[in-house]
Amino acid sequence: MTEHHLPPHAPSEEELHALADGRMAPWAADALRQQMAGHPASRETVAAWRAQREALRARYADVPGDALPASFLHAAQQIEDSHAQRAQWWRWGGIAASVLVAFVLGWTGNALWGTGASTALATGSPVRSFAQQAALAHVVYLPEVRHPVEVPAAQQDHLVQWLSKRLGRPLKVPNLSSQGYELVGGRLLPGDAGARAQFMFQNAGGERVTLYLGAVNASAKVGASNQETAFRFLDDGAAPGFYWVDQGFGYALSGKLPRAALLALATAVYQQL
Amino acid sequence: MNRAQVIEQLPGLRRYARALTGESWAADDLVQDTLERACTKWRLWSAGTDLRAWLFTLMHNIYLNQRRGMVPVQAVVPLEDVQAELAGPAGSLDDALDLDRCLQRLSADQRAVLLMVTLEDMSYEATAKILGIPTGTVMSRLSRARERLRELMESAAPAATQNADRATPPLLRRLK
Repeated sequence: MTEHHLPPHAPSEEELHALADGRMAPWAADALRQQMAGHPASRETVAAWRAQREALRARYADVPGDALPASFLHAAQQIEDSHAQRAQWWRWGGIAASVLVAFVLGWTGNALWGTGASTALATGSPVRSFAQQAALAHVVYLPEVRHPVEVPAAQQDHLVQWLSKRLGRPLKVPNLSSQGYELVGGRLLPGDAGARAQFMFQNAGGERVTLYLGAVNASAKVGASNQETAFRFLDDGAAPGFYWVDQGFGYALSGKLPRAALLALATAVYQQL
Repeated sequence: MNRAQVIEQLPGLRRYARALTGESWAADDLVQDTLERACTKWRLWSAGTDLRAWLFTLMHNIYLNQRRGMVPVQAVVPLEDVQAELAGPAGSLDDALDLDRCLQRLSADQRAVLLMVTLEDMSYEATAKILGIPTGTVMSRLSRARERLRELMESAAPAATQNADRATPPLLRRLK
């Protein structure tokens, strides 16, 4: 038999699958069966596929028949536990010290979730909140391939002018080429106390670090502690970084680097600014 | 996500893994890996959505990762070359073993689609979503899987049945 002799409207392959798998409305299946009356080959195909389907289902229906291994049950329990733990923390989040929640979420794991939640909840210290926002911005823009920055390094003068204007103080982009990092560009971000800026640097190995800077929420608690701090290290797993405050202006250098390497970069930044 | 919800999915996952890998131990390893992945990734599952589809997606990705680097045994082996090993030992024809063997001769992609659609009775759309491919690709893989399995089973079957079947060649064979 060749296809040339078949009348038009031979059932499509999709229809044959749907019929064999019982995925057709009864009326459509009936219509198709009528249509197939003149197509013995289609009928044979559907019958063979259906037999195959039944054979597979029969073969593996009760396989494997033994009881579930203890390790499966253990794993299922672990999933429930980690879920319950998380739900509990969310409930406490509204009541308990939000800074603690921020810590725990960061520690618990997933970078985006952790830092995202901590930003919303951390109202304790403006400086810490600044550092957390820096970490969040780092995690968000780090993996960007096409748009890591708003203004590329090629327009560095424009970038510095623009961000200086928006942040209300003259900015300077540190030169980290002696550490092997070149400027990729920068972007403007919202922060607690107005505009913040992020500069992104990248080395030859594609490793990226970001420098986040902006005024630290001065209206919250005006005190000496917010005006100037030493280097502090924040490590929430996804975006470890050093941050410090100088004359009410915060800086945070984030990157997934060993602590010593980060410190060297942060020191270079500090010395140049 | 609680323990009972997960346990409810285990027989299906095990059955599918068994048919997919062809070995009980490999299947249980795959299920165990899937559960461990689920334990670290459960935040990515949004409550109320299809837990089964999510677990199958995890399992499929792990399976693909495991196979990367393995020699594809099922590639383009001519039917004649494998015919001898497809049939069970003479006199002790075991249909189930034939089916196991033939199934393992399909490409992993074809096997996954065929098993999700038949054994797990998933819709073509759900299968496409789990495998991360267009529905059209599911349909074409399904066609190839079904025809290939049919050919393999026919060669594994005794000569008499084989000849009878050959009298009416399948319509869709040429569509490959």
